[in-house]
Amino acid sequence: MNQQALTLPAHAAADPGVLPGYYAILRRELLLAMRSRGEAVQPAVFFVIVASLFPLGVGADTQLLTRIAPGVVWVCGLLAALLSLSRLFNSDYLDGTLEQLLLSPYALPALVAAKICAHWLTTGLPLSLIAPLLGLQFGLDGGELWLMVITLLLGTPLLSMIGAIAAALTLGARGSSVLIALLVLPLYVPVLIFGAGAVEASLSGVDYSGHLALLGAGTLLGIVFVPFVAAAALRISLD
Amino acid sequence: MLEVRELACRRGDAELFRDLDFQVAAGEALLVRGANGSGKTSLLRILCGLSSPHAGAVYWQGRRVAPLDRELRSSSIYLGHTAPLKDDLTVMENLDFALRLGGDQPGMESQLAALDSVGLFTRRHLRARQLSAGQRRRVGMARMLLADRPVWLLDEPGTALDAKGVKLFEGALETHLRKGGLAVITTHHDLDIDAPWREIVLQ
Amino acid sequence: MINIFRFASPASFYPLAGKMIPWFAGAAVLLAAAGLYVAFIVAPTDFQQGEVYRVIFIHVPAAWMGMFIYLVMAGYGVLELGFNTRLSAMMMQALAPTGAMFTAIALWTGALWGKPTWGAWWVWDARMTSTLILLFLYMGYIALDNAIEDRRRADKAGALLVLVGAVNIPIIYFSVKWWNTLHQGASVSVTSAPKMAQIMLTGMLIMALACWMYSIAVSLARVRGIILEREKNTAWVDELIAANAVNKEGVTGGSS
Repeated sequence: MNQQALTLPAHAAADPGVLPGYYAILRRELLLAMRSRGEAVQPAVFFVIVASLFPLGVGADTQLLTRIAPGVVWVCGLLAALLSLSRLFNSDYLDGTLEQLLLSPYALPALVAAKICAHWLTTGLPLSLIAPLLGLQFGLDGGELWLMVITLLLGTPLLSMIGAIAAALTLGARGSSVLIALLVLPLYVPVLIFGAGAVEASLSGVDYSGHLALLGAGTLLGIVFVPFVAAAALRISLD
Repeated sequence: MLEVRELACRRGDAELFRDLDFQVAAGEALLVRGANGSGKTSLLRILCGLSSPHAGAVYWQGRRVAPLDRELRSSSIYLGHTAPLKDDLTVMENLDFALRLGGDQPGMESQLAALDSVGLFTRRHLRARQLSAGQRRRVGMARMLLADRPVWLLDEPGTALDAKGVKLFEGALETHLRKGGLAVITTHHDLDIDAPWREIVLQ
Repeated sequence: MINIFRFASPASFYPLAGKMIPWFAGAAVLLAAAGLYVAFIVAPTDFQQGEVYRVIFIHVPAAWMGMFIYLVMAGYGVLELGFNTRLSAMMMQALAPTGAMFTAIALWTGALWGKPTWGAWWVWDARMTSTLILLFLYMGYIALDNAIEDRRRADKAGALLVLVGAVNIPIIYFSVKWWNTLHQGASVSVTSAPKMAQIMLTGMLIMALACWMYSIAVSLARVRGIILEREKNTAWVDELIAANAVNKEGVTGGSS
């Protein structure tokens, strides 16, 4: 029997920190999104198309459209974000790179946070920036358009985060794309209420700072807690 | 030294194996054989910590380790059935990312040298989707060589490799074992290496 | 203390559950009889709402049970994730259909009450809307549990989902309430209706207890079925089946 001792790599026992892993993932995700631009753009296209269906459905009465604008834009943004969720972990799951994430010495919550951040940068952020165009179609202007963007910027990270938990839980499950929707939509309700509610409040001349504060607080709490929950969900799914 | 005691594994309703005991010391290779579906892959996944066993435990350096124990994670490298590469990234980008994710600092020259030693230097700018299955395996090999972990957990490393590739792998394994590393490998074939190896069969 | 953990194994819990069911079922029947008696005989006809209001004796207890059962499931979820006990996950699986049923009953009876009282089958009031979302949460858990092939993975994923849902329920309820007050929606509130007479509260509490006993009895029966199915490859189940076969043979005179 060989009496040699195992030489452990220098970093085996030491804590490797968190940032190098975070940036490696963030870089990779953005690189991948750029390489498959067609796929990355789909949620935004869906957003615009579905929102345009509403006037066709309810008529072109500008007063009505302006009143339903905040809700419609937000619901369409919600659905567009939902569409992109299965992309979050699925391809990594299928080609085996997700396992390597779990085996990495970096803390899994940090790596998951990087994936969620990249997801938001490629979905929520573009949606928030396109929303004013839709708002114009619906007769919103000036202050409300700005507010719409701000509520989306504050709320879409929450959509990505909550969605990440659902996406992690449903990896490889039957019918996962519809299943994600069923799991996630009830949890999206508060985000929708405060996001659309802020713009509606502005339209009625009522104070909307409470809505924004709650959205912001929710996103901050999410940033702190969701990576750990999503990491736990991933470990469960890969068991 | 890697050890398992009274290890049991279930997948769904089926019990794959139970009361499994073995030890792998420095410089040794353990070959795991068995029919398809006998639990070879599950065993590897339990060893690297991705799965938790139904019963029993894994011991690393005499210490009982929970799944995904950080010290074991940092000391081992696991390569599964499918070579984990992103289709849209190039060979170099895949290798670079895998090394960074593993906490290794990849120098450009050492990466190029490693790719050269596995015969992929000229293909380093190809997207991974353009590689053959054997070439994808070789990218994994390059990572294995650079990461230099003491514990190798490999699932069917010879799959899709041609004779030259297999020779390459066996040479790398020999060097690894000689330096004091250990390896647990599932395989259908025999290994032709100049180092001590044992085998167990799961049925 | 040690005794409790002895029953954490499905094999020992199975017979225990079997013995407990008749007691809870009996209690449920007695309490339901008492509750319905209060609801239909003792409670006076309401001045404004007539006889229809009596549906609250089912509506409110059902809504309470729907909420309560979800929290109990969350408790089992904590046990499942914390202690990796299979029985906790089985209890979650057993409770979910009952919880969903009560939530659905709450919604249905709410509509039955709303139509004659407020003129519409559904008004978007805060409590009813929250109850609807609770039903979606139940359906989500059941769907997830059915969609995942590997049993243990489904157990743990379901537990995590229920915990996330439980944490979110106060947030959802609060946000729906805010939404409702802003939009001046109707308020189908039991307490804002003619001031609750003591007798009505008593009646609802009795019915709630009846529903609780019923839930326990039904969940225990269901979990026994789940235990048998999950443990079908173990020795003790084989023995149980053999013992049952012998019994039947004795009854029918040994023809086989």
